[in-house]
Amino acid sequence: MLEIGIGHYLTVAAILFTLGIFGIFLNRKNVIIILMSVELILLAVNINLVSFSVFLQDLTGQIFAMLVLTVAAAEGAIGLAIIVVYFRNRGTIAVEDINLMKG
Amino acid sequence: MLYGLCIFLPLIGAALVGLFGRFLKDKGAQAVTCGAMTISVILAIVIFSEVALGGAPQTVQLFSWVVSGGFQVDWALRFDTLTAVMLIVVTGVSTLVHYYSIGYMHHDPHNPRFFAYLSLFTFFMLMLVTSDNFLQLFFGWEGVGLASYLLIGFWYKKPSANAAAIKAFLVNRVGDFGFALGIMGVFLLYGTVSFDAVFDATPAKAGATMEFLGGQYHALTVLCLLLFVGAMGKSAQLGLHTWLPDAMEGPTPVSALIHAATMVTAGVFMVARLSPMFEYTETALAVVTIVGASTAFFAATVGLCQNDIKRVIAYSTCSQLGYMFFACGVSAYAAGIFHLFTHAFFKALLFLGAGSVIHAMSDEQDMRKMGGIWREIKITYVMMWIGSLALAGVPFFAGFYSKDIVIEAAFAAHSGVGMYAFILGMAAALMTAFYSWRLILMTFHGESRADEKTHAHVHESPKIMTVPLMILALGAVFAGWLGYDLFVGEGMKEFWGSALLVLPSHTALHDAHHVPLWVKVGPIVLGLAGIALAYWLYMFRPQIPAMLAERFGALYRFLLNKWYFDELYDRIFVNPAIYLGKALWKEGDGTLIDGLGPDGVSGAIRNLAQRASALQTGYVYHYAFAMLIGVAVLVSIYLFGLGG
Amino acid sequence: MIAAIAFYCFAAVAIASAVMVISARNPVHSVLFLILTFFNAAGLFVLIGAEFIAMILIVVYVGAVAVLFLFVVMMLDIRFAELREGFMQYLPVGGLIGLILLVELIMVGGSWALSPAVEKARAFPAPPVDQMTNTHAIGQILYTDYIYLFQGAGLVLLVAMIGAIVLTLRTRDGVKKQKIAQQVARRPEDTVELHDVQTGSGV
Repeated sequence: MLEIGIGHYLTVAAILFTLGIFGIFLNRKNVIIILMSVELILLAVNINLVSFSVFLQDLTGQIFAMLVLTVAAAEGAIGLAIIVVYFRNRGTIAVEDINLMKG
Repeated sequence: MLYGLCIFLPLIGAALVGLFGRFLKDKGAQAVTCGAMTISVILAIVIFSEVALGGAPQTVQLFSWVVSGGFQVDWALRFDTLTAVMLIVVTGVSTLVHYYSIGYMHHDPHNPRFFAYLSLFTFFMLMLVTSDNFLQLFFGWEGVGLASYLLIGFWYKKPSANAAAIKAFLVNRVGDFGFALGIMGVFLLYGTVSFDAVFDATPAKAGATMEFLGGQYHALTVLCLLLFVGAMGKSAQLGLHTWLPDAMEGPTPVSALIHAATMVTAGVFMVARLSPMFEYTETALAVVTIVGASTAFFAATVGLCQNDIKRVIAYSTCSQLGYMFFACGVSAYAAGIFHLFTHAFFKALLFLGAGSVIHAMSDEQDMRKMGGIWREIKITYVMMWIGSLALAGVPFFAGFYSKDIVIEAAFAAHSGVGMYAFILGMAAALMTAFYSWRLILMTFHGESRADEKTHAHVHESPKIMTVPLMILALGAVFAGWLGYDLFVGEGMKEFWGSALLVLPSHTALHDAHHVPLWVKVGPIVLGLAGIALAYWLYMFRPQIPAMLAERFGALYRFLLNKWYFDELYDRIFVNPAIYLGKALWKEGDGTLIDGLGPDGVSGAIRNLAQRASALQTGYVYHYAFAMLIGVAVLVSIYLFGLGG
Repeated sequence: MIAAIAFYCFAAVAIASAVMVISARNPVHSVLFLILTFFNAAGLFVLIGAEFIAMILIVVYVGAVAVLFLFVVMMLDIRFAELREGFMQYLPVGGLIGLILLVELIMVGGSWALSPAVEKARAFPAPPVDQMTNTHAIGQILYTDYIYLFQGAGLVLLVAMIGAIVLTLRTRDGVKKQKIAQQVARRPEDTVELHDVQTGSGV
């Protein structure tokens, strides 16, 4: 218990991942929560990558984590821009009302 | 070379007119076909004199047709006495009909097509009579059926004509089915379908048996019966006769050519041609006799009551064909062919004469609307008299010689079926005379029952129509007297040679010359009685027929409706077939196959697609939820299943 | 000892604030909790020895992304909505599936074993800390072996920036803008006319 091994870090990452997933489909309030849940998921992935990188003594994981970071930032920006434009047009970002893609 | 030309000239005429009719126009079409036919008939006379009178039968090989393992068939033209006689009949009547049609079809806009069909028919009939093997016979057989269909339905805008054409073809088809089975059976038994080979091998196979529908039967009987079924269809014998009266929908020259003189006699020709086979099977001969006699009687009874001039003559044809068949049935093939020969002349004469009457009466065919026109169309009147006299068997006209020998042969057969045929033949002779004079009296005598306009328009036909009538009348008068010795008399053996086979045990034709006097005189007496009866009922006491029709109403209607054969067939065959067809179409094809196939598949796909599209709710969190479920499933599978 | 306590602290706070991210009623609170989560994650990274990533996390994620979130949340004037609405509908099934997923993840994480081949499979072995700092080590390989990926990431960011601008740019009516190209392309013949005017008369 006291000896912190990689398993602990992986568990933390797993819990964060699950929480992120919950956040996506459990919320009805607004879309920004969804985006933030995605950030949580990506954070969990980063924790995974870095812990493996350190544990296996291989720097590749950290490089990859940086790239993930970059993409997460880009995606967050675009997502928010879309939400802004959507809000301008529809006047609401309540998740229940966003069903224009209904097939 | 000349022999082949005789056969193929009509085909060339038909092809030229059929393909280039538009450029030849009416006159050109008529000239081409009539010219070809004229040359053909001259050649036929030459052939007759060389082959039949000169006693020199021959076979002209054309080229090989089928070479398939053990089955080999050639195109070959066989010329013997039987063929020569038929050639005269076919080409002669056809040529006269061609010329007659120039006048009769004058107002028709489709002349080239008509003449092309007529010549085409002639070609097929010639192929039929000159065939050297069963397959070629079948080729001609089917071809005349086709030409009959085309000609009956010539006025294709009339729905009744179309229906009649289809009926003729279908009923013929039933007969042809039996015929085809017979041909296949012949191949099975003999290993060949060539006439010469089959006839030579028949005596050896006289006792053979073959398997048919599960049982062992006498082979030749089975084969001959099957082949006779084909003859029944083509010659409108009892059972497969229903198409003949309806075939009167076609133009009258067609009725004269096809349904009097030539196509319907193909059945008789076939039985005579196959005499080497029929002779060895008593059963088949008996069946032929019974069917022929029954048809003769049946058709005569129906002809008593018909009101359409052409239908009376049609039933008369049916009846006379019955005579020919029962003559063949008692092994008097020569008598049957002799009657065929004379019948061609006077029946064609009657039909063309009726056509002349119809032409005069502005296309009226119902005898109840005719009457009192004998003065206006004297030539036609005389021609009809001559034809009827020949038909009734009045002495020294053609029918007397041929019909009497047929009836005498039936008597002389001294067998049960022969007696049956004799009695029915005598009864039919009485009725034949009666309805022939009924026709003449109703059509030409008495008060005119036509309306004013029609009556005023009554005129004699042009020469192009009356001259063929006169030529046929010559045949109707002299053909019997001239041909008697050759066909059935002293010169019979040399004349026929090996064309017909009669076993020594079948002596009907020989004995026919030595029957008691009452048998010889009987038909004449009955004929004259029939004429007298007709005069009494229709000339002197014209109110009696109507009274009789009322008194014996049921019998009258029974005869008028042709013994309800059409209604019977409708109920037994036609309606079930229509019902089955509709059921298979609607349920079988529509519901079952379409339902399981295209429609079913497309419906199922549409259903699935609709359900799939219901998954697209448009809510992102629904999609995310689905993804989550998918991920969980995948991981579970990987953990517990594949990956382990 | 200290390491363990630090780890558990950081981990607990990170998880707790993650829960609050998704369940906070006020969206601004959600964003703030997200920032807290990031900070704790950075702390975890420092603990494990990847300090460069930790600092980058704070600078980029917290400094840029989370601030952006905050801007948008505050700009969009979102009303407080009911949390409980509809929440319960999905909770049973969703919760179950999430739980399954979590259990599976932990199973995987707990039952893994190091393959003997991993010693040789190291792509870029990390040099010991006393020889080189983490930052130095990353820098050594990032601009040499991973240069393409680095430039690719830069392009991604460029595209994202352009995309965001294109999406949200509004042109307002009535705003006078200069079209330089048009101005420069104007020719004297189109604009100036020369008239000979008689003295005393008008134009």
